[in-house]
Amino acid sequence: MSKQEADWVACMQAITLHQDQDAFVALFRHFAPRVKSFLMKSGSSDSLAEECAQEVMATVWNKADRFDPSRASVATWIFTIARNRRIDAIRKQRRPEPEDLTWGPEAEPDQADVMALQQESEKLNKAIADLPAKQRELIERAYFGDLSHSEIAAETGLPLGTIKSRIRLALDRLRHAMG
Amino acid sequence: MTIRHHLSNELIWAYSVGELPEAFDLVIATHVSMCDECRARLESLNALGGAVLEHVELADMDEDALHRTLARTQGVGDIRGRGKDAIRADLPGTPVLPQPLRDYVGGDLAQVAWRPVGGGVRQAILPTAKGATARLLSIPAGAAVPDHGHRGTELTLVLQGAFADETDRFGPGDVEIADEDLEHSPVAEAGETCICLAATDAPLRFSSFLPRLAQPFLRI
Repeated sequence: MSKQEADWVACMQAITLHQDQDAFVALFRHFAPRVKSFLMKSGSSDSLAEECAQEVMATVWNKADRFDPSRASVATWIFTIARNRRIDAIRKQRRPEPEDLTWGPEAEPDQADVMALQQESEKLNKAIADLPAKQRELIERAYFGDLSHSEIAAETGLPLGTIKSRIRLALDRLRHAMG
Repeated sequence: MTIRHHLSNELIWAYSVGELPEAFDLVIATHVSMCDECRARLESLNALGGAVLEHVELADMDEDALHRTLARTQGVGDIRGRGKDAIRADLPGTPVLPQPLRDYVGGDLAQVAWRPVGGGVRQAILPTAKGATARLLSIPAGAAVPDHGHRGTELTLVLQGAFADETDRFGPGDVEIADEDLEHSPVAEAGETCICLAATDAPLRFSSFLPRLAQPFLRI
């Protein structure tokens, strides 16, 4: 992986602030093949996955201003869009999402929070890569919709507690900014 | 708002991977809208999904994929003010129902199409996919919902007022997770009408004779 999380966040900012197409192309080249693969592993055909991956990437552009780098990595945010597209297109079900909490046009997240979340995301990426193959596969299959939730416990042994604390802190700051 | 009864890890996980019936998704999205603690738990599990996406092997995109994707884009943020946000803008004052519920009701509490189900209790079934049912319940202060057990899981989220049953008291934002073993008779607290969102993945079975007859009309 040549690019780091910080580069992806910079691409998102370039899209939001300057409608920067080059930044979008960089995100597209990295994430579109992953989104398509994720959808195919979730049971969709090549052509449906292609169609949905394009829609997901278009949403990344259209909703770029909703991305909050103090609460999610770019990959995490794109995962949620892809997952919702899968529920909608493959399971033919509406997906209720929590009320959107976004920074208004004036306020923006604290840079220290953004950097802390990037570090936590990279730690989590590494922790997943370091898992025994069997355990990693189980987690992957759960996210591909290949396992019922009763078959896998939410206990993964991964460092999710620290990332949760970071997100909680960022939420408190966001609530404060929202007044 | 002090929330004492939160979602279980299993429910948040199943919501994060996207494997719950729509009615349960609606309860979880609504609770998370009211509870920053569960929102942080959900977003940390989403981070796991992000890590999975990062590690997945690559699929080949069509040659003209980028071009066709760009053709689907609008100006960033242009989609704001449409759809659900438009509903929000139409409402005066602070809404009682969180956003995900307003999307299903098509407005706030005043727009709910209530139907009486006896004893002053009213309900409104919300349109969701098969597999589970979601409904809003309005229980007058002091009134009881008939004794019932469940064949599956029942989630009950309090939106306004409070109720108590054999297990505990549930106030705004609290969610009760009841499984097959729980026979309970929730009673709304004195003071304010209790408004709840409930989801069941199997029809309820009532303990007493009369409510059992009423069940087909209740559709719960």
